[in-house]
Amino acid sequence: LSAAPEIPKEDGRPKWDNKFQYILSCIGFAVGLGNVWRFPYLCQIHGGGAFLIPYFIALLFEGIPLLHLELALGQCLRKGSIGAWNTISPYLGGVGVGSWVVSVLVSLYYNTVLTWVMWYFINSFQEPLPWSVCPLNENRTGFNEECYESTAVNYFWYRKTLNITPDIAESGTLQWWLILCLATCWAIVYLCTIRGIETTGKAIYVTAIFPYLVLTIFLIQGLTLPGASDGLIYLFTPNLNTLKNPRVWLDAATQIFFSLSLAFGGLIAFASYNPTKNDCEKDAVTVAIVNSMTSLYASIPVFSVLGFKATTAYWDCLDRNIISIINEFDLPEESIMRQNYTSWISFLNSSYPEKIAGLKLKSCDLQEFLDQSVSGTGLAFIVFTQAIILMPGSQAWAILFFIMLFSLGLSSMFGNIEGVFTPLLELQILPKSTPKELLSGIICLISFLIALCFTLGSGSYWIDIFDRYAGSVPLLVIAFFEVIGVAYIYKIKRFSKDVEWMTGRKLNLYWHITWRFVSPLLLLTVFMAFVTLQMQKPPSYTAWNPKYEGFPMKEEKVYPPWVQAICVLLAALPCMCVPLVALFHLVKQKHRSKDPGFVPPEVFSCQGANS
Amino acid sequence: MLRALLLTLSVVSIAHAELCKPDAQNAFKVRISIKTALGDNAYAWDANEEYLFKAMVAFAMRRYSSKSTTQISNVLLCNVTDRVSFWFVVTDSSKNVTTVPGSEVEAAIRMNRNRINNAFLLSDKTLQFLKITSTLSPPVEPSTPVWLIVFGVVLCLIVAGIVFLIVSGIQKHKKKNKESTEREDLEEKVEVTLENGIPCEALDLKAGHINGVFAADDDRFTSL
Repeated sequence: LSAAPEIPKEDGRPKWDNKFQYILSCIGFAVGLGNVWRFPYLCQIHGGGAFLIPYFIALLFEGIPLLHLELALGQCLRKGSIGAWNTISPYLGGVGVGSWVVSVLVSLYYNTVLTWVMWYFINSFQEPLPWSVCPLNENRTGFNEECYESTAVNYFWYRKTLNITPDIAESGTLQWWLILCLATCWAIVYLCTIRGIETTGKAIYVTAIFPYLVLTIFLIQGLTLPGASDGLIYLFTPNLNTLKNPRVWLDAATQIFFSLSLAFGGLIAFASYNPTKNDCEKDAVTVAIVNSMTSLYASIPVFSVLGFKATTAYWDCLDRNIISIINEFDLPEESIMRQNYTSWISFLNSSYPEKIAGLKLKSCDLQEFLDQSVSGTGLAFIVFTQAIILMPGSQAWAILFFIMLFSLGLSSMFGNIEGVFTPLLELQILPKSTPKELLSGIICLISFLIALCFTLGSGSYWIDIFDRYAGSVPLLVIAFFEVIGVAYIYKIKRFSKDVEWMTGRKLNLYWHITWRFVSPLLLLTVFMAFVTLQMQKPPSYTAWNPKYEGFPMKEEKVYPPWVQAICVLLAALPCMCVPLVALFHLVKQKHRSKDPGFVPPEVFSCQGANS
Repeated sequence: MLRALLLTLSVVSIAHAELCKPDAQNAFKVRISIKTALGDNAYAWDANEEYLFKAMVAFAMRRYSSKSTTQISNVLLCNVTDRVSFWFVVTDSSKNVTTVPGSEVEAAIRMNRNRINNAFLLSDKTLQFLKITSTLSPPVEPSTPVWLIVFGVVLCLIVAGIVFLIVSGIQKHKKKNKESTEREDLEEKVEVTLENGIPCEALDLKAGHINGVFAADDDRFTSL
């Protein structure tokens, strides 16, 4: 008899080309725009180096355990989020559905942020950069009023890019240039995710590694700029008093949580394409540490550039004062320099106080300029673009900067799309013969059409809402149920046996303690604190209104009731999936248990299916 | 004779002093920032430069009103400070001891601003006529905005990539289909003549199947 050829246990599931691709995909998913524009901001406002203490504590007790949990889950069950949670227990299927809904909502608005990045990128090829000069008004006697009163950079962002409306209730019109960029962004996402991890696995080599190169270039450039040291000292000087404020601990916990992209289902999807005998514990620790190190690494060039910008603004302030004084007193040029400015001022103030008072000189304080902290889109599109204008060779720096932001965001988008794509593929909503390309095409097309709302005049206000409500509270709830589900419903004993089988060594006490007690408790506390803080004042936003008296300051407005209802809906929808699906199964169970021929499904075990 | 000359001179200078003083009617203040404009190549402001300035203003007046009556001596400078800043007026030589109206001077300077700036190697910002605003030049706008070109390039690359991937996917699918149908055909052909997994052609239905393993050891067996 002839022996049949050895068939490896193939279940037809795609797999990573190599381990490095998998690790890189997880790192790319975790390392995103938040590492560049949220972490340095938090460091700055929460006492510099002192912030690292709550940050690393949160990493140790919340970040790494949850990350390990998700990777182990995906690797063991070899299914996307919906399938995985259905397998653990049908009552917990809602957790998977909730993850899926959050991934959909976040994908929609995240790609619009990338649209803005792309718009700035394609505008960086102009000389001079379009955000460096104000356009002239109609009769060419002066500059455009809105631009003149604020700054050219602000004008380009709020008017030329967003064409923002003064109120969220005013939708404005669709901005055609943003629609073009949005279509391009979704086309790029489609190109990279067209066949699932087959194509994202190739693209990730570029999109995950390129940002590190650019960050290094910016680091070297940033350190050579004047004023960089001021910025860095300001950032890293620890102020331990801030640790008394509970807000700092809350921000650290939420930052580590969102930074690692937990509870999106994307990590479960990535891990499900792994061979089961893979050391998920080491992977989890590696990804978490690389993510935190990247945040720290990114904050150095960011703060060098911010220090440079503050110093230049300070020098500009001094120079303007000096010119006014020289013109008023008809002193020779270069008689007052920045160095002897203070001595001159005191001398003149004592001799001619009325004249000095009449000049209305602004007080120039370097500390004040350094204190102007910005995070999020403001950091990238207003503060950084202004700093780039001041650097020699601005176009090259602008192009590099925006490609870096685009790669960072794109690699996170891969994870988001995987979190949407893998469960849909498993649910087999389309017949099996349809190619994967069609499913990913449909996902990208539908997302593009829905995301057109964000290209309206009020689009950026809506993105803020999605970011604050859809991408925050539901994740905490889902993660809480994830930990509880694995620790108490699937039972930690079973799970630890599964993990031991996968990694080949016994589960450390650290994991037992964190999964059973510390992480759920921490998540619950963070969730309560977060919700309490949100409820303390009515949700408000700042609007860009050229007709406001305090212009160019932004106007503080309260959300109208219908918008508040949408906020609540966005936050509640993914959370509601958990009890709703449990209820649905309870009802189904009751009906089925009445059926005499009913056999309960056999208990799933990670090793059982694979040994 | 000498006394008459001295008297005329003093009258003229007093008259000039009357005409040219800070905030006088039809007088303009000029502020020059040579060091800011030229840095190390800055020249010093002395009487020769003042002479050139008077000449440029006279030139501007001549070009504007196209009557060649304005002389360099018609332009009066006063109150020169270290800044460098000073006031100037243009007197009317036809009418005695009067100044040319400010609007005319302003229009003349505006018309010839570029020439005046270039004579001193300065710009609108560094050679300031304090009451005369300059018209701003519009920024250069190319016919197609640059960003549209870049956008077109990026979009073409992406569409090419997508088309390539889809086409290669379809080709792979077709090849897989062809292979699987070929394999099916082969199996079908063989299936007809398969007996216990062994194609019938190899079976000698009468003599049975010769097992090669034992056949080689034929001579070890004792013959029956």
